[in-house]
Amino acid sequence: MTSPLQQKIKITGPSVITANRTWDGAVIYRDGQHGWTTDLSSAAVVRTADDARALLTESTADDVGAIGPYIAPVDVKDDGTIEPGNLREQIRRQGVTIDLPVPA
Amino acid sequence: MYAYDEIDRTLINERVSEFRDQVKRRLSGELTEDEFKMLRLMNGVYLQLHAYMFRVAIPYGTLSADQMRKMAHVARRYDRGYGHFTTRQNIQFNWIKLADLPDALEDLAKVGIHAMQTSGNCTRNITTDQWAGVAPGEVEDPRIWCELLRQYSTMHPEFSFLPRKFKFAITASAHDRAAIKVHDIGLRLHKNDGGETGFEVLVGGGLGRTPFIGKTIKPFVPGRDLLSYVEAILRVYNQYGRRDNIYKARIKILVHELGIEKFAAEVEDEWLAMRDNALTLDDEVVEDIRSRFTYPHYKQLTDLPDELKAASADPHFEAWRLNSVAPHRRPGYSIVTLSLKPIGGPPGDATADQMDAIADLADKYSFGEIRVGHEQNLALPHVAQRDLPALWRALDKIGVATPNVNLVTDIIACPGLDYCSLANTRSIPIAQELTRRFANHDTANLIGRLHVNISGCINACGHHHVGHIGILGVEKNGEEFYQITIGGRADEHAVVGTLIGPAVPYADVADVVEDIVEAYLALRARPDELFIDAVKRLGVEPFKERVYATR
Ligand code: HEM
Ligand code: SF4
Repeated sequence: MTSPLQQKIKITGPSVITANRTWDGAVIYRDGQHGWTTDLSSAAVVRTADDARALLTESTADDVGAIGPYIAPVDVKDDGTIEPGNLREQIRRQGVTIDLPVPA
Repeated sequence: MYAYDEIDRTLINERVSEFRDQVKRRLSGELTEDEFKMLRLMNGVYLQLHAYMFRVAIPYGTLSADQMRKMAHVARRYDRGYGHFTTRQNIQFNWIKLADLPDALEDLAKVGIHAMQTSGNCTRNITTDQWAGVAPGEVEDPRIWCELLRQYSTMHPEFSFLPRKFKFAITASAHDRAAIKVHDIGLRLHKNDGGETGFEVLVGGGLGRTPFIGKTIKPFVPGRDLLSYVEAILRVYNQYGRRDNIYKARIKILVHELGIEKFAAEVEDEWLAMRDNALTLDDEVVEDIRSRFTYPHYKQLTDLPDELKAASADPHFEAWRLNSVAPHRRPGYSIVTLSLKPIGGPPGDATADQMDAIADLADKYSFGEIRVGHEQNLALPHVAQRDLPALWRALDKIGVATPNVNLVTDIIACPGLDYCSLANTRSIPIAQELTRRFANHDTANLIGRLHVNISGCINACGHHHVGHIGILGVEKNGEEFYQITIGGRADEHAVVGTLIGPAVPYADVADVVEDIVEAYLALRARPDELFIDAVKRLGVEPFKERVYATR
């Protein structure tokens, strides 16, 4: 695998680093305090390729905590709320778009 | 049912403790994800969008009631109360925690169930006709040969790292319910002119990015030579298969690039050099496996008992019987298909409660045996006809008696973007909408046999290429679009469907399918000309016209 340090990173807008938590697979986002959060609104938002690379490098270093960190686009609304930038990320945050066979 | 021997039980138990240790080391940081990934995949553990997914093999689609109860237990205890039956006679649990996986595996091991070779570049679960052993007219029970292949291929040192995954399917009936022509190796059990039992061997079928229908490499391989012949194929593939490019690594590409004649010649050379080696199957070996399959002590019954005649006055029962009950090789018995395709539900899902209830019904009415088919439905293979009315009432109560088997609402769909990390688009909500559109049973019945298959990306887990109507999700500028093909089929006349035109947006898919079905109803020559036959006769043009005239 190419290390994130060597990867060419292009981002087209505000982005976050997301991954899955190792022990249960849950969707997590890198926060600004060198940790992970399951809450997108607490994620660190990066806007330049350099910042994205730095955050990705730091995230990848936490191999015990998270699997497969990558950069995902987000929309930052006028009031500051963060929304996923595409359908895939929307589904990762909100869960399946269907009713589960057994209600939670 | 097949009774596993001590070797199998030991193997499975060793695997569980091995995996427990590996998970422990992963969670403590001793193993990195790069190191661990291979190990988890060897135990059927994938990472999906929101969680780990755990794929468990159901060898040749046969489950005992106790095994089904264990599936229910895993669903309830470690997952979210349900499981998903797939097109390869596996079950998948979608929400399992890595930390819980060793316990889940250990619980399953108690009933001889495991997840070995449900992932990775090895021989995957060997699949067959879900009516194996009970279908009238079958040459013999194909599961005997599945089991021989299973033992041969399990942890086979030479073939654990093939260029790519490898899938076998076997049928022993004239009508192919196992889709053998879209597998890496398809085997059709039949008798030659001399009355000897053997296999027509097909090779190089497969779906995915580049679909191919399997080609016959040898019309007759005697049963005793099955393993050596298969080994010859695997050796040629192992040697020449493209390891440099994952998209070209399946055997279908090798067969296509070399041509079937050249490929067959290579295999023949290899085989002649080794055919009389230790792999030759003595009659005793085959008999030993055969003897480990037990069959029910059927009663002497006759067809059409009074209980059945009386019940047929109820139109609901009769609609279900006509749709979901098939003839059995024994008089007085039937094969009953349980539809996991309720109107508005996700195809192939069953809740833990349903699984438990089905296990109880299997004990009561089907000698404790359940089957899983590639259409993502279940079957009870040995039901006395006189029990059908009572069974129907019980199945209806738990929601698995929708009389839609093989109809337009019996949709095969992959998990798509609701679960799968490789997906472009969603599949399940499309299937759900279609079932609502065609919810009226009389309409669906009038349309007749029609298979709709949906995949959320080109990997084709939903077999869209071989759906009578195939729906493939593609992404365009971040939006979900779907390509529609028609005329595909997966049976003994397997063909890949033809694209009818440009992809349509998510919101239009159900309308397009309705248009296609309406065009068919208007154009069919007779009420019993099936959709698939009408497409063959008419070509795609009239359907294309109908769909795109106003779009
Ligand atoms: C984590 C979920 C899944 C992943 C990552 C996955 C991955 C893939 C990939 C990469 C392929 C293409 C392989 C190739 O052509 O070399 C494939 C094919 C296939 N998968 Fe899946 N799949 C998943 C779920 C499923 C499910 C739920 C089913 C059944 C409903 C399924 C059944 C199949 C079948 C039948 C094929 C195509 C036949 C063939 O091998 O040519 N898979 N899958
Ligand atoms: S077809 Fe694609 S989206 Fe569907 S399960 Fe397979 S890999 Fe996932």
